[in-house]
Amino acid sequence: MAEYHINLPLTKEDISLLEAGDFVYLSGTLYTARDAAHKRMTETLEKGEKLPFDINGETIYYLGPSPARPGQVIGSAGPTTSSRMDKYTPRLLELGLKGMIGKGRRNEEVKAAINKNKAVYFAAVGGAGALLSKCIKESTVIAYEDLGTEAVRKLRVEDLPVIVVTDCHKNSVY
Amino acid sequence: MIREVSGSEISKAIEEMCIEANLSLTDDVRGRITKAFKDETGFVAKKILSQLVENMEIAKNESIPICQDTGMAVVFMEIGQDVHIDGDLTEAVNEGVRNGYERGYLRKSVVKDPLIRENTKDNTPAILHVSLVPGDKIKITVAPKGFGSENMSKVYMLKPSDGEEGVKNAVLDAVKSAGPNACPPMVVGVGLGGDFELCAILAKKALTRDLDRRSEKPHIARIEEELLKTLNETGIGPGGFGGDTTVLGVNIETYPTHIAGLPLAVNICCHVNRHAVRVL
Repeated sequence: MAEYHINLPLTKEDISLLEAGDFVYLSGTLYTARDAAHKRMTETLEKGEKLPFDINGETIYYLGPSPARPGQVIGSAGPTTSSRMDKYTPRLLELGLKGMIGKGRRNEEVKAAINKNKAVYFAAVGGAGALLSKCIKESTVIAYEDLGTEAVRKLRVEDLPVIVVTDCHKNSVY
Repeated sequence: MIREVSGSEISKAIEEMCIEANLSLTDDVRGRITKAFKDETGFVAKKILSQLVENMEIAKNESIPICQDTGMAVVFMEIGQDVHIDGDLTEAVNEGVRNGYERGYLRKSVVKDPLIRENTKDNTPAILHVSLVPGDKIKITVAPKGFGSENMSKVYMLKPSDGEEGVKNAVLDAVKSAGPNACPPMVVGVGLGGDFELCAILAKKALTRDLDRRSEKPHIARIEEELLKTLNETGIGPGGFGGDTTVLGVNIETYPTHIAGLPLAVNICCHVNRHAVRVL
């Protein structure tokens, strides 16, 4: 069980290094998307259209934040349950998605796709949204604004604490 | 004598309680999390629990919700028979929720139709449970419920012959199947008896009881304590990463039931087991 500070986007070397159970502090840019955004992204792909951001090499945080008070970057910002995204995830991994941050179990299909596409699944601590919000330095809605909390946001994070649940070597904490 | 209570008084109380519950946990839950952090022996588990302790402080001091899932507002009202409410009660409750979620910068997490899924944008409607009681007071409990854990809750229609062992096995089954998805350490609310829908309501109500107060029925109090021990022996641990702390508390509420049945509901809550209580 090692501890790393890693800059986003993740490199091939970073992903290969990480093992299930490792503590990682992530810094850099990532995107938020949860249930409704995943559904809409999948519908977009089915229509043959482009996703609202280039997913290749990127990391998605399964997050629907609470609203920011005046002067705050974002409100409470912890992870939501990842398994609800399982239906949509293998397709996004095929398109080059490299990192996912959420909480809880993934199905076997997602685990196999993580291994096949050399990606990594992290968990942040569920229910620690106030603490995690302090790691978010910038937040901009870039798509699906009508979805409110479920819109796609581009975030800049500093030392976001996560734990590797499923690495690219077929190991998983749960 | 009939006592008049205005709808606006109810709205105002609910507005404040939605905000209060989302920023600050009750002393019993805070106490259990802090104690778990002190007692935990697992390295990863202790690290996660330290984040939860720090999170509670940040939430309280900086008015940031403890969890971004500020829940669907579940409201229990015990209304005295000698109270007359001026106005539409349901609308008064929803007005309170609407204002609380807006003014408290709380997340709006309710969709209008379960299949069409368009956000109502003000977190209404609330889920309202009203009961009539003697007296001229209104007791309001607001329990904002997050759905990461709600999704892992279960109802079991057990047979009378399943007995105490069947009840314990079912609760264990629910907690194991919730695992890392329900943001452990969890609080487990159990409704035992009644019928299909009443056991579920009792389970939710159980989550609002002080974690340090055991059932008044000795055999149920014993089962609560035994289950707490058994559930923590699963080793699921904080965040599902292993450890001594899987469950912070087990509360069981009971009701008489039919000769043919043993209904059991397990309402799982994460460590953010929120509620606020007021009497008007």
